[in-house]
Order: sequence, then structure tokens, then C-alpha cells
Amino acid sequence: MALLDLANPTRFMTLSGRLLPWFWAVTAAVLGVGLYLALFVAPPDYQQGETVKIMFIHVPAAWLAMFGYGLMAVSALGTLVWRHPLADVAAKATAPVGAAFTLVALVTGSLWGKPMWGTWWEWDARLTSVLVLFLMYLGLIALWNAIEDPNKAGRVAAVLILVGSVNLPIIKFSVDWWNTLHQGASVFRMGGSTIDASLLYPLLICAVGATFLFLTLSLMAMRNEILRRRIRALQLVAVASAPGAGA
Amino acid sequence: MIDLGTHAGFILAAYGLTVLIVLGLVAWILLDGRAQRRRLRDLEARGVRRRSAARGGRSR
Repeated sequence: MALLDLANPTRFMTLSGRLLPWFWAVTAAVLGVGLYLALFVAPPDYQQGETVKIMFIHVPAAWLAMFGYGLMAVSALGTLVWRHPLADVAAKATAPVGAAFTLVALVTGSLWGKPMWGTWWEWDARLTSVLVLFLMYLGLIALWNAIEDPNKAGRVAAVLILVGSVNLPIIKFSVDWWNTLHQGASVFRMGGSTIDASLLYPLLICAVGATFLFLTLSLMAMRNEILRRRIRALQLVAVASAPGAGA
Repeated sequence: MIDLGTHAGFILAAYGLTVLIVLGLVAWILLDGRAQRRRLRDLEARGVRRRSAARGGRSR
């Protein structure tokens, strides 16, 4: 099936309906193996002890918080440049999923920071820029709900998403550009990862599983959004065909 | 039972709150999907059809 075929919401509903059980199965299997390795096999860190177990949920959640916004930025281009009928649906559906994963990153980071740094929160560049990301997710959700016409809401949201995407490199490089309490990159960096393989592989497996969870939930939310727009279209047809309409 | 050391409370709280947030999200998406399907069924039961469906197109 060509990618363009997915521009048809009906075809998307059919294909996503077939894929969803497989996505759930892969999510459960990969996340299950990853969490088993993280909780029962991975050794304690030589400095942080067992608190390193928080890393297996905090780091994937933080990656996916940015990944989700990246997906929304690509979708925003799809809305504004190519006017792809599913682009705004994808952006709107991804927002609450991205917000939830950003909240997980903030909460687990705070719970990791207290025993390791001695503070729940610090207004350093990394933590603050991720908080801004969370607030942007919430703002976009509010914007979509505030404008009744989904096409108009989609275009306004797309512009705001693209403006807000400037925050992604700020989050990524905040630990390099400013002196932050948050540590620098330790997985994807020049010269290779600084994390021992016994901790790195469970982390990567958890990240793959969490990514499948993110995509599965986004796919489900997209299907809901397509139904919501179909209902709106039917309600407009019902109003237009009501006795006395257009008189 | 694994020994989570002196900071067990922080680790358990991190995993517990993550499960809570993810389950909340899953429940919200499932309930939203159920509500949309019910509204669609109600409209179709009232005989409201998309123009393409009314012309003989397939509707899912």
C-alpha cells in the first residue's frame, strides 16, 4: 500500500485496526522483557545504587516527550505545506500522549533528583525547558479545544507547533550550553555511551518498548479523532437537511 | 523480592506514578473511543449518512 493511500481516513481506519493488536503485542513483549531486565537483572550503579532503576522509565519518557513533539512538528508541516488530511489528526492525537510522557519524565526526574541531588526541583536549563515543553503540550490541547472548526484550529495549532519546536534543540543542548545540575548526554554522544552495557541494554530495550506504547496510544487517539470529525460532519449534514434549513 | 536499598520509596513512587499516569491515559483513550463510536452509531441509527455513503459509497 502506498503511503499516499493512508491520506484516506477510511483506509487508515482499516489498516490501523489491523495493526493495533500487533502493536499492543509488541509493546507488551518488549516492555515486559525490558522491565524484567531493568528490575531483576541490571546491577545497581556504583555511585547511585538502586536509584538507577528510575533511569529505565525516566530516560525513555524524556526521549519520547521530545519525539512526540518532533512528530507533531512534522505533522504541522504536513498540515501547512502538503495539506495532508491526516496530518492535523496526527498532531492533535499525539499531543495528550506527549504531554503524559513529559509528565512522567518530570515526575520521575523529580523523584530521582531528591535522593541524588538533594532537591526535588532546580530551575536549571534542562528541567525548565522540559517544563516549558509540558506547558506547550497543554497549551496546544487547550487551543484545539477552544476553536470549533477543526480545519482552522489545525492551521493555527500547526503554526504554534512550528514556533514551539525551537524548544527541542534547547532541551537537547541545554546541558552543553549552560551549567546545569542535570548531567550531560550519556547515551547518544560523540565517543560512545558512558553507560555500562549491563545498564545500557535494558535501557535501550525499555526505550523501544516505550516507543511502541507511545505509537500504539497515538494510533488509538488518531482513530478517535477521525471518528470525532466524522461525527461532526454527520451533524452538519443533519443540520443542513433538517426541515427549514437554508430557508 | 528485590532489595531496593535505602531509597526504595523514591523508586517505588516513580514506578507507581508512571503506571498511574499511563493507565489514566489508556483509560481516557479507550473511554473516548467508546463515546465516539456510540455517538456515531446514534447518528447512523437516526438515518444520518455522509453524502458519499448516501451515493452508495462504503462507510466504516
